[in-house]
Amino acid sequence: MSLVEVSGLTISFDGAAGARAVDGLSFTLEAGAALGVVGESGSGKSASAYALLGLHRGTGATVGGSIRVAGVDVQAATDAELRALRGSRAAMVFQDPLSSLDPYYAVGDQIAEVYRVHTRASRRAARARAVEVLDRVGIPDAARRSRSRPHEFSGGMRQRTLIAMALACEPQLLIADEPTTALDVTVQAQILDLLHHLRHETGMGLLLVTHDVGVAAESVDDVLVMQSGREVESGPVADVLSAPRRPYTRELLSAVPRVDAKRATPAAAPGVKGPVPVPAPRDAGGGEPLLEAVGLRREFGRGSGRVIAVDGVSLTVHRGETLGIVGESGSGKTTLGRMLVRLLDPTGGSLHYGGAEIGSLSDKALRPYRRELQMVFQDPVASLNPRRSIGESVADPLRAAGVLDDTRIRSRVQELLERVGLDPNRYDRYPHEFSGGQRQRVGIARALAAGPELIVCDEPVSALDVTTQAQVTALLAELQRELGLGLVFIAHDLAVVRQVSDRVAVMRQGRIVEQGSVDEVYGAPQDPYTKQLLAAVPALDPALATVRRAARKELAAA
Amino acid sequence: MAEALLVKEAGVAAAAPASGASSFRRRLRARRSAVVAAVVVALLVLVALAAPLLAGIEGQDPTTYHANLVDSATGGVPLGSFGGISAEHWLGVEPLTGRDLFARVVYGARVSLGVALAATLLQVIIGVVVGLAAGLGNRFVDQALSRVTDIVVALPVMVIALGALAVVPADFPRPVLIAVIVGLVGWSGISKIVRARTLALKSLDHVAAARLSGWGGLRIARRELLPALAAPVITYAVLLFPGNIVVEAALSFLGVGIKPPTPSWGQMLSDADTWYQAAPTYLLIPALLIFITVLALTVLGEGVRNALDPRVASRLRIGTGRKKEAGG
Amino acid sequence: MTRFLLRRLGGALFVLLALSVVVYAAFYVAPGNVAQIACGPRCSPAQVAQVSDQLRLGDPLYVQYAHFLQGIFAGRDYSTGTGILHCQAPCLGRSYQDDQQVTQMILTKLPATASLAIGAFVLWILLGVGTGLLSVWRRGRATERILTGLTLAGMATPVFVVGLLLIIVFCSALQLLPFPDYVPLTENPEQWAWNLLLPWVSLALVSAAPYARMTRSSMLETLAEDHVRTFRAYGVSERGLVGRHALRGALGPVIALGALDIGSMFGGAVLTESLFNIPGVGRELVDAVKNVDLPVVVGLVLVTGFFVVLANAVADILQAMADRRVVLS
Repeated sequence: MSLVEVSGLTISFDGAAGARAVDGLSFTLEAGAALGVVGESGSGKSASAYALLGLHRGTGATVGGSIRVAGVDVQAATDAELRALRGSRAAMVFQDPLSSLDPYYAVGDQIAEVYRVHTRASRRAARARAVEVLDRVGIPDAARRSRSRPHEFSGGMRQRTLIAMALACEPQLLIADEPTTALDVTVQAQILDLLHHLRHETGMGLLLVTHDVGVAAESVDDVLVMQSGREVESGPVADVLSAPRRPYTRELLSAVPRVDAKRATPAAAPGVKGPVPVPAPRDAGGGEPLLEAVGLRREFGRGSGRVIAVDGVSLTVHRGETLGIVGESGSGKTTLGRMLVRLLDPTGGSLHYGGAEIGSLSDKALRPYRRELQMVFQDPVASLNPRRSIGESVADPLRAAGVLDDTRIRSRVQELLERVGLDPNRYDRYPHEFSGGQRQRVGIARALAAGPELIVCDEPVSALDVTTQAQVTALLAELQRELGLGLVFIAHDLAVVRQVSDRVAVMRQGRIVEQGSVDEVYGAPQDPYTKQLLAAVPALDPALATVRRAARKELAAA
Repeated sequence: MAEALLVKEAGVAAAAPASGASSFRRRLRARRSAVVAAVVVALLVLVALAAPLLAGIEGQDPTTYHANLVDSATGGVPLGSFGGISAEHWLGVEPLTGRDLFARVVYGARVSLGVALAATLLQVIIGVVVGLAAGLGNRFVDQALSRVTDIVVALPVMVIALGALAVVPADFPRPVLIAVIVGLVGWSGISKIVRARTLALKSLDHVAAARLSGWGGLRIARRELLPALAAPVITYAVLLFPGNIVVEAALSFLGVGIKPPTPSWGQMLSDADTWYQAAPTYLLIPALLIFITVLALTVLGEGVRNALDPRVASRLRIGTGRKKEAGG
Repeated sequence: MTRFLLRRLGGALFVLLALSVVVYAAFYVAPGNVAQIACGPRCSPAQVAQVSDQLRLGDPLYVQYAHFLQGIFAGRDYSTGTGILHCQAPCLGRSYQDDQQVTQMILTKLPATASLAIGAFVLWILLGVGTGLLSVWRRGRATERILTGLTLAGMATPVFVVGLLLIIVFCSALQLLPFPDYVPLTENPEQWAWNLLLPWVSLALVSAAPYARMTRSSMLETLAEDHVRTFRAYGVSERGLVGRHALRGALGPVIALGALDIGSMFGGAVLTESLFNIPGVGRELVDAVKNVDLPVVVGLVLVTGFFVVLANAVADILQAMADRRVVLS
């Protein structure tokens, strides 16, 4: 008998008649095997994983079909039987390791609590078990660290803790729901390596839910691609990734940015209609830098609580050039980006724009420069005022510049909306009526409305699905060429940065550790941190993944 | 739980409803208790506004003594059953003086609701101004105003009101005085909320975008911040209102608030304290009215909070999380 | 942690000083003849002059205040014309109407207030948290709706209404309890408790409501959080989720609110004390206000402020200890 047998699974959230989040999904997972469920947001992949443990019970969701996990009929099981299954024979690892642990209790106690639910172990024995599994997942000094609370741990250590909790009762099945999505790429690699290692050591089955094809390629034997609640295709991971049979899979794969691929000439972004009159391109490249930062610094807080977010960064951006800035969380890249457009005041260093020193200008003195330095933000939700129509938001820079004629504003805004691939007739719609990718396009239109010389994009695509990501990235690249803008592209994703940048800077702990042309940095990285970053990027090819894993081991040992 | 899990895990469930006023009204109406409460509050306000009219229909006024209706032998117990309820005096008469109770109750509604409303308005105005200034101002302004707020928090309303009533000349109109004191002492909650919300809003990207558009601070405050502050301020104000009614009633109950002959519910209760054995209706009527008013306002406040709760609102409006949307 | 503690206590001290300035200015710079008000309506001009002299009303304001402050920290001397009256620190002034030192007056009233406050506090915490817990445990059922309704009713009822009704029912109609009359604990513990029973219950009934609501809402909030989902996915029973994880989340807010409430209670439960005839700080304040006994009013307002500020600081510190993330963020 298989470890997991799912057939005809349906899940709907608003009553049996409502739209189905999962619609007729069937799959099996043999003991000790690993299955990756891959899909974009809204594909129903997480909901399916939750159904395996009966977690939809009591939430008002309707679950149909049959589910057998480790010999338990999940649909028919009593609450007590379900509880006996959960955590004991099948354990789950969640996406956000911080919020997935109780902030008030020591991590060791939390693992011990779970262990005691399923065994008759004494408190002391359960604590000992907790230390044992923490040690096993690579928490250094586990006995002492087991008394720490989650907030004292880094993201990677928290995820290790969750994995330790899953291991506590030696389950036959591990369900991992986006286990590395909230983590930096280097930490992600460590966690994936850990999962790989544990699976081979314990022989447990793995069901990995992820939006990231690369993560699946690294970790599983078989893959199941989902879209809108249905299976698109499934099979051995190498087959599906190298020779996808279905158009959706092909589209998905082609949208994934590759860190080892050279920068492609951006094709017209899908959804963009014919050219719209825009200001003639300004002369591109070379000569005077558009923006130059020298020794830029930013500190937060005072006294012992002082944090240096950006520590002496020097860089230049030219007209018609894209500078990529790569860094993991906490590297100071967002702070730097905000200083470049003067949303934040630098506490040191200088910032020259078009020959003028703007680093120390007051808010008032900055006004003339404001519209020339624009920004596209990460969060498509927070970056638009939910109470104003998108047309009004885009019109803001025009109104601020003193354009008063409503018909002129309207036609200009509609022109811009069309240019970024949106229906100009949706001028009066509100942000919540748009998808994440569309909201990001609105944000780009607003930046363009100001008639900028330079746009800083702070993680412009990190909140988007991979196919949308590709479209937005292509749009940005195209606009940049067309308008001859200076573009600063900040991202944690090395592959995305490579796609759009001419030059790239790698940031770590507030400093730039390496800077150069894209080919130099990606092709022949000099700094050890850059090497580490590049080695951590998941490969789409399972064979290459094995090579990379070995390379990481070597790097770690070195 | 169910709702949260669903919306968090499945972008599916987060169907976006119509925005703005219409969906607000729909959600408000969905809470039937809130609607009932709103009706009760509206009735009470109507009674207060129409007090002279109502007393006129009854044919009485709140200040005329009726010595013939109380029994001087027992020290002034109203004659007749249930505190002297009759066709002329719908709720009976006051012990000792024989003043008409119905007229005093409806005129009392004016005082109780009016004082509380004025106090609430004052609290909201001061609170919003101070909170906004602290939230938008520089480090120094924020520190100074936050300290002032801390001091005001430390002033217990009852105690300060009692103290102030001791020093202000007796001929100063009491209702105004009470409204002013309660207003001046009770704004710290609103200012704290407004400050916190302003700080949170200020860090949102759409405010940053407005700055990049080249707008000045005032325009940004008006366009990007104030509309988003309306919900929490209204919610909190509706919840403050019943509290202010209780404070006025309490002061009057203690005999230091509204002075006769001006009627107020709390002051009627205070008089009733000595009469409850002989004339229980005299005690029960104002007690019941205070209870109903405060309950209705509290329930209404809950309803408004639910309808305006930014968490509820944003959850309904937007189904995406901050980090990468990872759900199926 | 130590830094946070010091900063918080320093802040409290500053607020107290500022409070004293505000209170002093509000009362001693009031319109009218302050000396006459303080002395009382029956004072002769000579007596008024003496009071004016003792309060140093002839000096500039800041000198007056300095003497007032000196009294609090070091004690001060009053000249009575025939001799000198020493007022020990913390000297809050003298009541000319009662010819007593304010500090002394307050101290004699404090035991009654403390008796009321502590008893009621224990009762309402148990009642409030218990109600909140039960309504979460029974959520979605009739019990929850009934408890929520009762809680709302509790929020809507002023303590003097509850108290009056209780007196009518238990003392007047059923005659189960004596009409409340305070008996000190040291005199007769049994009588003390018996007489305080109604005040405790009325105060607890009313004060428990916010705790019930807060316990309920913060437990529900916690139950919706990701980490509860984790433990549910690991087979932890509903009892474990509610009793261990959700309740722990409610601890911080309950402690904080509790510290605040008990603090302001020590400034006198004005209404309860008046209604039940308890000779505590609160009733003293009402009497002083009715008699316009200015120094006593000022002293009481300051003492109340002191307790509230102290409670505020303690509440913050306790909450920070209950939830260490507060300190970090």
